[in-house]
Amino acid sequence: MSKLKVAFFDFACCEGCQLQVYNLEEEIIDLLELVEPVEWREAMSDQSDDYDVAIIEGSITRIEDEQRLKAIREKAQVLIALGACATTGGVNNLKNNFDMQDVKECVYGKDANMPHLDTYPTKAVNEVVKVDYMIPGCPINIKEFSYIVRCLALGKEPKIPDYAVCVECKMKENVCRFEYGEICLGPITRAGCDAKCPSSGMWCFGCRGFVDNPNVNAAKDVMAEYGKTHDDLRGKMLLFGSKQEFE
Amino acid sequence: MTKKFNISVNHVTRVEGHGNIRLRASDGKVEHVEWQVPEAPRFFEAMVRGRSFEDIQTIVSRICGICSVTHSLAAIKGIEDAMGIKVSKQTDKLRILCHYGEQVESHSLHVGYLVAPDLLGQKSVIPLIESHPDVVKTVIRLHRLGNIWMEIIGGRMTHPITLKPGGFTAIPSEQKLLELKKAMEDAIPDVKILIEVLLSLVDKFPAFDRDTEYIALNHPDYYTFYHGDIASTDTDEKVPVHEFERVANEYVVPQSTAKWCKWHRDSYAVGALARFNQNAEKLMPMAAETAKQFGLTKGACNPYLNNVAQVVECVQVVEHGLQLIDELLTTGLKPEPVKVEPRAGEGVGCVEAPRGILFHRYEFDEKGLCTKANICIPTGQNHANIQKDFEALAPQIIDRPQDEIRLLLEMLVRSYDPCISCSTHFLDVEFV
Repeated sequence: MSKLKVAFFDFACCEGCQLQVYNLEEEIIDLLELVEPVEWREAMSDQSDDYDVAIIEGSITRIEDEQRLKAIREKAQVLIALGACATTGGVNNLKNNFDMQDVKECVYGKDANMPHLDTYPTKAVNEVVKVDYMIPGCPINIKEFSYIVRCLALGKEPKIPDYAVCVECKMKENVCRFEYGEICLGPITRAGCDAKCPSSGMWCFGCRGFVDNPNVNAAKDVMAEYGKTHDDLRGKMLLFGSKQEFE
Repeated sequence: MTKKFNISVNHVTRVEGHGNIRLRASDGKVEHVEWQVPEAPRFFEAMVRGRSFEDIQTIVSRICGICSVTHSLAAIKGIEDAMGIKVSKQTDKLRILCHYGEQVESHSLHVGYLVAPDLLGQKSVIPLIESHPDVVKTVIRLHRLGNIWMEIIGGRMTHPITLKPGGFTAIPSEQKLLELKKAMEDAIPDVKILIEVLLSLVDKFPAFDRDTEYIALNHPDYYTFYHGDIASTDTDEKVPVHEFERVANEYVVPQSTAKWCKWHRDSYAVGALARFNQNAEKLMPMAAETAKQFGLTKGACNPYLNNVAQVVECVQVVEHGLQLIDELLTTGLKPEPVKVEPRAGEGVGCVEAPRGILFHRYEFDEKGLCTKANICIPTGQNHANIQKDFEALAPQIIDRPQDEIRLLLEMLVRSYDPCISCSTHFLDVEFV
């Protein structure tokens, strides 16, 4: 069986999700038995147009990036969106709460209108091309990454959790963040992160995006029980989910 | 015969972010050589406006996956400065310790995964798994040490969770600190292997000296990554971090989406070599010995030796990290308060990222909402120096085969360990 040819491409992001791939440490060597990276700029000098799977990290924020992404989509049989910036837009969405001219002037001042500094509102990868699989999170969970790559290499259909972070958090026996008077997005956010933030004394800020059908009524009940309002929740959702809406 | 050629590297590889190299030569003369930064700008300084001081660390950590602890700490120090928050000695030590983990993770990744393939004649670390398995496994173990280190203290290996204004949301148990201590002690033989390997390859770095200005944090008592004033090798003046703008002097150039910087000269350098040139006499014994093994002395100005300085720093942070753990265990660990009452103010945080000095400035209103931010990134501070190195190096090597010219220019960029996402995101070489 020939190895699956994989290429990594990065757009607007911190490249921390690619870094997570390095963080697989020895397991990378095992994965290399199953897949052959043919392009991975952060790690390799080799480049190739011949790949089966394209892994896309980062958000799309410029016309030229959109064109580059479409060209990649045409070559790839399978396209994976890697990390929050690619799957939902991630923190880059915060930019969309402002006027683009204002954003440019804030950072570049009098030089804001130089053409190479142009930008448009952040898009997730699936707003530009069809995405076959998503590996959510900021950063991604490397176990989930490894699982999905293995599945694809072995011809299996990967499944990621479609239940809330609260499930994993309860299994870790953490005290609920609402008990501390905080607003936590655990009740509506997709699990698969091992509830790392609430396990380290921090509320969930929803970096993995919402579950497919968030139990909005239950979330509202939790909010009501702790005396929090819809606006409180929306304020927290803005951090990673400026574009994800639910009523 | 007129011999013309162009070299064009679009998106230099094995660096964090996107950068291009452009070189045009004719009749053995360099007509044009340019370092370009086309990374997509991300506008963090605009995005944090209106956000609560409690969310700033979570947001700006995402400027960079590989310096996320550094960005978190710079933001937190800036917030604490603005709101007059004092932290305990324990918090101070735990933060420095967490930050050391990032230095080990980043330096070992850079030297072991990104630079070593150049020295061993390969295009990536992947063929080295077959040709040099022991070297690769040593690097993996050191890299993992850095990650375990950050996870134990910061709660996660990339984008720390526990670091907050005022203290920590959770602190490690004594048991966890003992585990970390053991992992660090066990890593010392690995560090020694890495030193031996690099010693055997150090003559592969080009002999290219170019005197420049080196800027880093300076502390009178110890080799610092976290406290102190801004210092330059061009002057004895120590500049308080509050006045960083008069050091950085940021400006926009058409070849870059990242801003460039200069102080006393046309450019300056930051990073491991700058810190070494500023603080070498304060290295701990094992680290000082490592520098001696490489013959690295204060005043070194070969940019490729930044990689050697990174290895010296790996030793330094393990050595000092072990001391910090002992001090923490002797005092005993206490939970840290993080309840902070916001107030209006303006503050600066400065921390040494693995790749150089980083500045954050914030202003907050009385509710603790951010009204203004200015972030000045180490790689941004190095861009002009990379350009000046190019201008000096290219004529010296222009008679060599094009592949070699290309490689030496790429290696030069890599030696700075650039983080272009940070500086916006950058790297390509184009021989045009």
